[in-house]
Amino acid sequence: MNEHRSPAPQDTPQLTGWRRFASPALCYRLAGHFIRPCTKLAIVLTLAGLYLGFFVAPTDAVQGEVYRIIFIHVPTAWMSMFIYLIMAFWAVVGLVMKTRVSFMLMRALAPTGAIFCFLALWTGALWGRPTWGSYWVWDARLTSQLLLMFLYLGFIALTHSIEDLRRADFAGAILALVGALNVPVIYFSVKWWSTLHQGASVSLSKAPSMATTMLVAMLLVALAAWAYTIAVSMVRLRHIILMRERRSTWVRALLDAQEQKETA
Amino acid sequence: MFAALLRRDLLLAWRSRADVLVSLTFFIIVACLFPFGVGSDKELLIRIGPGVLWVAALLSVLLSLNRLFAQDYADGTLEQWLLSDTPAPLWVAAKILAHWISTGLPLVLISPLLAVLYELPAEWLPTLAVSLLLGTPILALLGAVGAALTLGVRAGGVLIALLVLPLFVPVLIFGAGAVQAVADGTGATPWLLLLGAGDLAALSLAPLACAAALRLAVESG
Amino acid sequence: MMLEARNLACMKGERLLFRNLNLHIQAGGLLRVLGPNGAGKTSLLRILCSLAVPEAGQVLWNGQDIHARAGREIFAPAVLYLGHAPMINGLLTPLENLQLLCAADAQPADADICAAALRAMGLEAALALPCRVLSAGQRRRVALARLHASRAACGQNALARPLWVLDEPFTALDVASVEQLAQTITAHCAAGGMAIFVSHQEAPFGLPAQTLTLGGTA
Repeated sequence: MNEHRSPAPQDTPQLTGWRRFASPALCYRLAGHFIRPCTKLAIVLTLAGLYLGFFVAPTDAVQGEVYRIIFIHVPTAWMSMFIYLIMAFWAVVGLVMKTRVSFMLMRALAPTGAIFCFLALWTGALWGRPTWGSYWVWDARLTSQLLLMFLYLGFIALTHSIEDLRRADFAGAILALVGALNVPVIYFSVKWWSTLHQGASVSLSKAPSMATTMLVAMLLVALAAWAYTIAVSMVRLRHIILMRERRSTWVRALLDAQEQKETA
Repeated sequence: MFAALLRRDLLLAWRSRADVLVSLTFFIIVACLFPFGVGSDKELLIRIGPGVLWVAALLSVLLSLNRLFAQDYADGTLEQWLLSDTPAPLWVAAKILAHWISTGLPLVLISPLLAVLYELPAEWLPTLAVSLLLGTPILALLGAVGAALTLGVRAGGVLIALLVLPLFVPVLIFGAGAVQAVADGTGATPWLLLLGAGDLAALSLAPLACAAALRLAVESG
Repeated sequence: MMLEARNLACMKGERLLFRNLNLHIQAGGLLRVLGPNGAGKTSLLRILCSLAVPEAGQVLWNGQDIHARAGREIFAPAVLYLGHAPMINGLLTPLENLQLLCAADAQPADADICAAALRAMGLEAALALPCRVLSAGQRRRVALARLHASRAACGQNALARPLWVLDEPFTALDVASVEQLAQTITAHCAAGGMAIFVSHQEAPFGLPAQTLTLGGTA
């Protein structure tokens, strides 16, 4: 039995093959490449989509101008659901591969998902007032959205209240997974429960019921939501990586380089 | 080991019956309070009765959850189970079963009595009891995952509620839906089958998730 | 049988408790971990019995990583861990508590063996009392009786759980009990078991203990 300590700083072991993408240092650099293009894309697509939706698309025969809120409502609702599934995907990857970056990505996505969820609820309420006569009705989709909001809030609250990072990551992953398995159950149970339900109006089989410009506008905004999500979650991912790896040599080198740039 | 732990937890529940009675008392109190809030109109009580009883049962299960692992976590017993050669999901299932027997089953047994307070027709009572019998185990299993995830965490009690609330909603819908279906004369069988399926799904997955969460709690503690 | 730790590192929050820690212990070995409070002794013990995950490094039991699933399944039934926590439920009697701990050990949790172990620890009078009325020292003895029961259940030479990991086992014990416990540990090691323990207190072991000191300035 012997014991020795070397002053060498501690670094993550070298990863090989495609698993090297799980290296925080590489991820940090990769994430950096996405931020600018995705931000630009998000701005352009949002402007194009909203222009098309607000000024070009025809007025709805029944609902008048009010319906135009769907150009925000529907894409944000879609995105909020997608993001939860993506989080669950990264949770599975993290649980199986034990890669820390997967958990960081999962946690980086959560606030964006919650924001989209909130936007979908908000615009849903604003749409509900003139359409149904009240801000809130226990409509199946609004209710599912509300429960999704609870799932997001639960995830964020849980991961933030556990101090131990490893436990917070794994616990969040378990919760995301359990939640994702329950999403379809929640959706269908709420659907059966609700009698106020409107049929899904955006589907390929029913596309003729919607003007092409409306569909295009909605898809543009949806793509903008994707681009925004990627940009924002990458920024957040970089912050998380820096925070967690601040003791490692590569972060120190990076910070030193930045400092030199600033003083120069 | 499964049997030993089940026996031990039931024994503990018996010796601390005052604690166990809290959730049953809560159930009764909520059920008794509602008429004071909404009025004693017979039609109304019959209409909301099944839903109120189900919500009360759900809340009383929620109330009992943070007791599930807290004591064993605090006194180090949980670590010893994790080091036993019994697979963790198995003894976790034993603990959840014991918890359900001591907190869930009494709710099922007393529900027909409370249903009388709401003047629910006698032919609804079996469905109400069966829906609770099938539904409360799902609540206990899902709730156990929440309890394990929040073990030893600040404000754990509130956190459990937030975590499991969206997961409990389908159970509530199916359970109250079953009784409503009898009332509407459409037949409760599909709803009860859904609850049964939920039992199987929760039983096969929740102990795994719960065991993983408990290991995490111990490892970080 | 061999437990080996390679390049272990342990972080507690922001603080690095130790790193590049190596140790190995073989059948018959007795290892004492020393160090000031907060040096990471308990953390090390928890890592060594798979109840905590090291920041870096590996713990191998007969060459298998105990923090990997496959290795853990082999290792968990081989280790007996007595931690700081009392492992005693206040509503159960000493006998019930001990029988349950033995059930976790997958031993025949014979009531006679357990009762004999409790008597050996001087708990004769307390056998039927709920543990909440016992003193801290008495509760500690209930947990320690498990070591007796573990040895008694399998005969003097077989080993139910060959690796004993004991965190401050002598705390709250009187002089006679300390001596008795030291004998039990010695007998366990003599039978081919191994023990790792933390203690600030000297105890009369019948064999030389290796020491590992944590928290030195390096």
